[in-house]
Amino acid sequence: MPSPAYLLKRVDFIFKDEKDWKEILKNSINRPAHELINELISSELKGRGGAGFPTGLKWKLTAEVDDSIKYVICNADEGEPGTFKDREILSKVPLKVLTSMAVCGHVIGSKEGYIYLRGEYFFLQPELNKSIREFKDYCNEINFDFTIRIFMGSGAYICGEETALFESMEGKRGEPRNKPPFPSTYGYMGKPTVINNVETLAHCYTIFEYGSKRFYDLGVQYSRGSKLFSVSGDTPKPGIYELELGMSLVDFVDEFGDGDTKAVQVGGASGFLVPRKGFRETTIGFQGKLTGISLPTGGSMMLFNSSRSMYNVLDNYLEFFREESCGQCTPCRVGCQQLLNGIKAVKRGEKNALYLNKLMRLTETMQYTAKCGLGQSVANSFSAIVENFREEMIY
Amino acid sequence: MYPVTELIKNLADRHGRERRNLLPILQGVVEQEKYLSEYSMIEIARELDLPASEVYGTATFYSFLEYKKMGKYIIRICKTITCSMKGKNQIIKTIEDMLKINVGETTPDGNFSLLQTNCLGFCHKAPAMLINYEVYTDLTPEKVREILTNYINKKGREE
Amino acid sequence: MINLTINNKKLQVEEGTTIFEAAKLNNILIPHFCYMENVHQIGSCRICVVEVEGGKTLMASCVTPATEGMIVHTNSERVRDVRKVIFELMLSDHPKECLSCWRNQNCELQDLGNLIQLHEFRYEGAKSKDVIDSSSPSIVRDSSKCILCRRCVTVCNEIQGVGLMNPHHRGFSTFIGPSEDELLGESVCTNCGQCVLVCPVGALKEKDSTAAVWEALYDKSRTVVVQTAPAVRAALGEVFAYEPGTLVTGKMAAALHQLGFDYVFDTNFAADLTIMEEGSEFLERVTNAFNTKEKNHVLPMITSCSPGWIKFMEHRYPDQLAHLSSCKSPHMMLGALTKTYFAEKMNIDPAKLFVVSVMPCTAKKFEITRPEMFSNGLADVDAVITTRELGRMIKDAGIDFRSLEDGEFDSPLGLSSGAADIFGTTGGVMEAALRTVYELVTGRELPGIKLHIKPLSGLNRIKTAELKIENPLPAYSFLNGVTVKVAVTSGLKGAAELLEQIKNGTSPYHFIEIMGCPGGCISGGGQPRPVNDAIRTLRLEAIYREDEGKLLRKSHENEDIQMLYRDFLGAPLGHKSHELLHTVYAQRSKN
Ligand SMILES: Cc1cc2nc3c(=O)[nH]c(=O)nc-3n(C[C@H](O)[C@H](O)[C@H](O)COP(=O)(O)O)c2cc1C
Ligand code: SF4
Ligand code: SF4
Ligand code: SF4
Ligand code: SF4
Ligand code: FES
Ligand code: FES
Repeated sequence: MPSPAYLLKRVDFIFKDEKDWKEILKNSINRPAHELINELISSELKGRGGAGFPTGLKWKLTAEVDDSIKYVICNADEGEPGTFKDREILSKVPLKVLTSMAVCGHVIGSKEGYIYLRGEYFFLQPELNKSIREFKDYCNEINFDFTIRIFMGSGAYICGEETALFESMEGKRGEPRNKPPFPSTYGYMGKPTVINNVETLAHCYTIFEYGSKRFYDLGVQYSRGSKLFSVSGDTPKPGIYELELGMSLVDFVDEFGDGDTKAVQVGGASGFLVPRKGFRETTIGFQGKLTGISLPTGGSMMLFNSSRSMYNVLDNYLEFFREESCGQCTPCRVGCQQLLNGIKAVKRGEKNALYLNKLMRLTETMQYTAKCGLGQSVANSFSAIVENFREEMIY
Repeated sequence: MYPVTELIKNLADRHGRERRNLLPILQGVVEQEKYLSEYSMIEIARELDLPASEVYGTATFYSFLEYKKMGKYIIRICKTITCSMKGKNQIIKTIEDMLKINVGETTPDGNFSLLQTNCLGFCHKAPAMLINYEVYTDLTPEKVREILTNYINKKGREE
Repeated sequence: MINLTINNKKLQVEEGTTIFEAAKLNNILIPHFCYMENVHQIGSCRICVVEVEGGKTLMASCVTPATEGMIVHTNSERVRDVRKVIFELMLSDHPKECLSCWRNQNCELQDLGNLIQLHEFRYEGAKSKDVIDSSSPSIVRDSSKCILCRRCVTVCNEIQGVGLMNPHHRGFSTFIGPSEDELLGESVCTNCGQCVLVCPVGALKEKDSTAAVWEALYDKSRTVVVQTAPAVRAALGEVFAYEPGTLVTGKMAAALHQLGFDYVFDTNFAADLTIMEEGSEFLERVTNAFNTKEKNHVLPMITSCSPGWIKFMEHRYPDQLAHLSSCKSPHMMLGALTKTYFAEKMNIDPAKLFVVSVMPCTAKKFEITRPEMFSNGLADVDAVITTRELGRMIKDAGIDFRSLEDGEFDSPLGLSSGAADIFGTTGGVMEAALRTVYELVTGRELPGIKLHIKPLSGLNRIKTAELKIENPLPAYSFLNGVTVKVAVTSGLKGAAELLEQIKNGTSPYHFIEIMGCPGGCISGGGQPRPVNDAIRTLRLEAIYREDEGKLLRKSHENEDIQMLYRDFLGAPLGHKSHELLHTVYAQRSKN
């Protein structure tokens, strides 16, 4: 019996019109920095780019660093398979994002912002530039010194990783840096930098518009507010939906599944694969002390029905990682490739099923030793698929 | 269309000659030329006072900065999971049949190159592809044939 | 100070210390691979990971700073497990052909294997690359063995400022080298071999010339002459397990005789000769500058005995070539003299002479192929082998090096002064030149303890000194009161800095010594591995000991040199000198 669909709470903040942006900008930059930071902290907004770092704290840490040059960067690299909501934000409500960037500039003491836009979204540029000009004109009008520019990517998923993104903006190969130091002290051009996902900035706008309480009241403990979900795969209604955080995966599948959902990939290829038997105990949000499993996501929800071969799915993911790895560290550069070779060998019967266990050891090593989130996250879907769909891997 | 040496100089004048201006310059060259020839890379290196090998190393990191000669229209079919599930192979087959080239090749007249790429961010409208910077979604073999026919005709009209 | 715990030991370290360094200071060794102290710390191989309590992942100890209260485990089950897997991954993309690999038994990957102890290869799979580039006369690149540690990248970019070795492409297809189709032999590579020196495996190696040398030695119709550079004697011992900094001059000469060389000469002889020629050239330029009205002088003058540096200059500053001294490098001078002066004297057909140079340097393999280095259609030098190659030949010949009795160099091209010895280290050429020039100008000995100019020695990148001329001899009265400014650098990044000054017209110097390799020839690209600053310092001290141990300390007092001018060359910068000892340079393109 399907659970009632109203358990999924649709929200409409992000795409609500942006007509009041001038007022919000003017009001916000007249508020002291600490007040804005506290507003964000009490909203409990966490980054929507995947890692879920508290946004208020990020701004606060960067504001505290003493430096005359700082940067605000909007991460619009959106490369995670199954994610397509940032583009929608930038085409429908770009001024919200620009406003939040400028407010961030006010808070941390920065006069320069960049939008790192993935090369695939080249076509967004003309419109976005128009908004940027409109925005700049208004800033000039009110004597507020903040300049936003677009920096185009050129087709590299890893450049969504914040430090790789800085390297890329500096004109180099997009290879992640060692952390520490973190962006709040050493970011773009070695300067203190706030980097936020497009959607995070859009939520900031909501918070500046309505106050933190309206945001905080949505969602559940540790996972406050709403989130955009990019729904794709075997679903009758693919698209972008703003939903309250903390929903159960069962409800999600009831709403979006095609009645035959075998597994859901939460958070894209680098996220978590949940097989049918896990739907009930899984909620969507950030890890906390909630019962059951709570999965973070950049918003990608891909549904697979029973006609899909999970071997093919994994093969496709590994191919993706093998190509998109920056190639810097051994576990990821070589690991992705040998995992791919490994599952092919098992499928062809050149290695026996026990070899899958050895490959699991390999993904575990990647999880613990890879230099950045890309290599570390390969284990997520690999182990879920191999553990739950073992027969499909072999036969 | 500028001769490439002049183009590079103009781009450097516009963006600057620091290392951090390298990507926009590479992109500018690719926008016009569709790829970075060895000559362009050496010119860029000279213009920015960088070792050529660093320019090459940076360019080859990015999948949109092609370094092999490309056609006037670069077709990039998404091959990531959703597009793959929703029939990208048929789309590729259709294009291969129509243009008589395989993935990775360019038509002899130098008009089309066929490549695959990773997720384009249109999974809800899979399968998807790019032709240069234009996105095409919800592809079916019929639709692709129509799109390509348009390009071929457009090409014909331009000449 | 920071308090932390490693393997249950409570430690205190300075702020900014990495976990790796903290452990090392306290005698806890963490296996590592890509790390090179103070030079290359990028955290890419991940072999050095350790467990930090409370961390979600393990940490690369070589790049993670120790923080207050940190509790670290370097040998937990998890750490040892993953280390093994990472090592297996490295090997899965590596041809395991140790027995036919020239790095066998001298390979850092093997050393790591010794620590980690594998008993199976679980992750065999794809291999990423297999290009072998042997286009360069100096260096061979075998990408199949490259482990992507990127040490060569750091050295070629950060230290040498050449920027040729770089990562290309991405993911599993990443490779390190010049760009895809570019051959080393046709590139801007200076052939310095610093990358070869730091490569932990068999991916970068010197082009082997031992085969040609063996062939010449076996050919009874040839007279085979060998010469050895000053820096070789300070490092060759390391191949035979001597402590770094052990001088093995006598044993080296003995081994060369045993190998069957007909004459064993000392490049040092030609170093003294270089001082005579280069010193005279400097005086000529200075005289032009201070004594004549027409300002056609080109100062500063820059030394020219380092062929890696020369090629760098030709690519980067082709419009500044006039600053280079026109002197050939010492071994080329000696080669030219061997085929003329010596051949005449001994009545040997020069075409039957085969001259071998044993050098600390890979660039000298390139140098002998330059068209300028042929006189009368004959190559001045026929083959260059590095210190490492000589070590291999000695071993191959079954010579028990450690038990050799000391031998001697042969005359007439064997006697040398202490000034020649210090050619092997950064600052040495300058000091040697000033010992002679100062005395020629003033009639007095160079002031300074034991004839040394302290500020010019050591491993700092750019070193400078000033020397005020007072009461010169009458012939040089125009120099009275002039302060001569000199600078010394080693490593090409420093060279570029000094050249930029010259280009901008802001260089305050009259005379500059540049050596291509950091530290000078003692750590040239052909020297035994490993090389780090501690070992550089030991070798450098050995060189100064050799100098101070000699009675003859100044080039112009070398009697064999005086005889050479008397009997054969005439005067410094004379017609014969120009023909045999001086050269010209080529303009090359920047990329
Ligand atoms: C491999 C990888 C890819 C990433 N891609 C993106 C991306 O496309 N967009 C994004 O906003 N964050 C991405 N991130 C996360 C960023 O590193 C960073 O955490 C984020 O931009 C911070 O913004 P937030 O706090 O607003 O989420 C990626 C991280 C990794 C490890
Ligand atoms: S984990 Fe992968 S993407 Fe990240 S640094 Fe290592 S090789 Fe690069
Ligand atoms: S590089 Fe080392 S491990 Fe590799 S084949 Fe040579 S000796 Fe063996
Ligand atoms: S020999 Fe020197 S210049 Fe040539 S690649 Fe190696 S480090 Fe660079
Ligand atoms: S060539 Fe040698 S030094 Fe360079 S990356 Fe490869 S293994 Fe390391
Ligand atoms: S998978 Fe093709 S657009 Fe995302
Ligand atoms: S030694 Fe630390 S990562 Fe290589």
